[in-house]
Amino acid sequence: MKKNPNRHLMAAMLAGTCIAGLPAMAQDGPIKIGVLEDQSGDFAAATNVKVHAIELATKEINDAGGIDGRPIELVIYDTQSDNRRYQEFMRRVLQQDQVDVVFAGFSSASREAYRPIVNQFDGLAFYNNQYEGGVCDANMIVTGAVPEQQFSTLIPWMMEEYGPNVYTLAADYNFGQISAEWVRQIVDEQGGTMVGEEFIPLGVSQFSQTIQNIQESDADFVVTLLVGAAQASYYEQANASNVDLPMASSVNVGQGYEHKRFTPPSLSQMHVTTNYIEEIDTPASNDFVERFRAMFPDEPYINQEAANSYIGINLYKQMVERAGSTDHDEIRAVLGEGDVCFDGPSGNVCLDPQSQHMSHTIYLAKVEEDHSITFPEVWENIEPYWLGDAGCDLTQNDPSAQYTPSNPPPAQ
Amino acid sequence: MEFFPASFSIFYQFGNAFAFLVISCAGLAVIFGMMGIINLAHGEFIMCGAYVTASTARAGLPLPLAIACGALTAALVGMVLERTVIRHLYHRPLDSIIATWGISLIATQAVLILLGPSMSGTGTPLGSTLVGERSYSIYRLVLFASAVGLLGGLYLLFYRTRFGVIARATIQRPEMARALGVDTRRVYGLTFGLGAGLAGLAGGLYAPTMTMVPTMGATFIVESFVTVVVGGADIFLGAAPAAAILAVIKAALTAWYGQLFGQIGLLVAVIVVIRVMPGGLSAFIKRWQR
Repeated sequence: MKKNPNRHLMAAMLAGTCIAGLPAMAQDGPIKIGVLEDQSGDFAAATNVKVHAIELATKEINDAGGIDGRPIELVIYDTQSDNRRYQEFMRRVLQQDQVDVVFAGFSSASREAYRPIVNQFDGLAFYNNQYEGGVCDANMIVTGAVPEQQFSTLIPWMMEEYGPNVYTLAADYNFGQISAEWVRQIVDEQGGTMVGEEFIPLGVSQFSQTIQNIQESDADFVVTLLVGAAQASYYEQANASNVDLPMASSVNVGQGYEHKRFTPPSLSQMHVTTNYIEEIDTPASNDFVERFRAMFPDEPYINQEAANSYIGINLYKQMVERAGSTDHDEIRAVLGEGDVCFDGPSGNVCLDPQSQHMSHTIYLAKVEEDHSITFPEVWENIEPYWLGDAGCDLTQNDPSAQYTPSNPPPAQ
Repeated sequence: MEFFPASFSIFYQFGNAFAFLVISCAGLAVIFGMMGIINLAHGEFIMCGAYVTASTARAGLPLPLAIACGALTAALVGMVLERTVIRHLYHRPLDSIIATWGISLIATQAVLILLGPSMSGTGTPLGSTLVGERSYSIYRLVLFASAVGLLGGLYLLFYRTRFGVIARATIQRPEMARALGVDTRRVYGLTFGLGAGLAGLAGGLYAPTMTMVPTMGATFIVESFVTVVVGGADIFLGAAPAAAILAVIKAALTAWYGQLFGQIGLLVAVIVVIRVMPGGLSAFIKRWQR
């Protein structure tokens, strides 16, 4: 009896290898999209909605006849907010499931965990998150906003509005460190002063000393680059201690909808630059929200990553149809033409061939006393210019590296 | 800076760190010290207390009552678990670690599935007060008072009540206690319930200051284990002085070098203590008393 299941497994594996070995057959079958997102664990509040956005885009495309007549088939795995799961499932979707493209990742740590595997198997991955920027990798297409889009708009506006003295509070890992470096650089360029900078280990939830340090400094506003549920306790504690300073961030509201989850007024005076949130009152945005809630009536919040994921699927459809193939080189040749654009929920966006990042309309969202959102400023068509200016050109070569302002691409 | 505001600020930071360590470790210390069980589900009892507190407070119950509700619920859950799972593992300490760890994983994921990835909190009550030029959260002072009150209450419970005498007798000489007619199983059950209830109390007290997520218990775990390991098996001779010493280390390092070094300081302290006095502070103090 004990041998039987093994034999079945072997047979299934053999069959699997045979099918995978016949690419001609796959051409007419569905287009397979791997989805690796955190549906449980620490990040689930912000990332469940990405899976739903991908499902919405897939349903709309399949109902309208699919990509080039081929339906989309989603292969979804729950990565459980665990970087090891990303590596495990990335291998599985690329080797075993043989997907055509992968949509994956929330935290920068997870992206850096799976990126070498995508490179190893020469896959194609969409990273649909705002992040610290700098990934110059031909196997990656990034639809999320990057620091030059979020900070070069936000920080000068804040300094103009509230004053030149800046205190940064950042999560102590690659995202926080690199974002803080961007803030430092922009504050310096604008003639401001960094009156303080503190890096908080992930998982820290008690901030009373940090709050006191901020109160002792002459900060005009605080840049909060805090990540995860534990660190989010800062806002409640700062409010209880009556810190009463304007806050600026690239991470809050736009992904974790803290203004909905926290008790007012803990997040009041928070300013966030985001490329999409459901409060944006344009016909395209309202239409998107309506279609989203029709399919997922209980969705707590439609954040920027949901819009990016939705846009990502539609951009992929466009590139495959223009290339007439799911072959990565042919898709990148289409991307290289520089006119891969999509007019979606967040306005018109285009992919930049040099960095394979995306242009955005950037909205400045301000959280009011009662946690409602106003938009004091909108910047249209902000390019992801930094990588290209710094010397990353994926149409020429593929370093598959991540760069920062203090560690730019080597001069050619 | 004037003398009073400066010293108040130092006291406030110390009190804040002390309160967090004492309140978060009390439940763990009781269960470990009295029963020898290393309860890896400690964080989930805290989460349970916090969730019950937040939801009853939002339903309209005054906060102190809501906190009591949270602690009681955690105590009841603890007693049920003791009867169904822990009781069978008293002579297998390693297995009890695995079992409580399993309980913690099940609890976290079950709450995630049933109640979703986050829950709205209650907001910190009492506002802030101005001392010198700085404003301080009054609720933090309440937390410090609660920590001191908690230690006092536990002292009275264990040294001035009949339950305390029987519980200590059961811990020290279980066979003798049984021979004298003590129902030791019931005492173990109540003690585990007390530990779980203290964890629930920690969750309830900190619920208004934190983000409510199923994994929130994990943020208490490092501090509570560090305090218990440094303190050793006795909560009064061990955990309380350990919390005071660690609070000084943590508050000072955080003030001078930031949160990262506060965290490093805690962990270095625990390594040094394990190396120098393996039984923790309480064993050291007891030996020195003799």
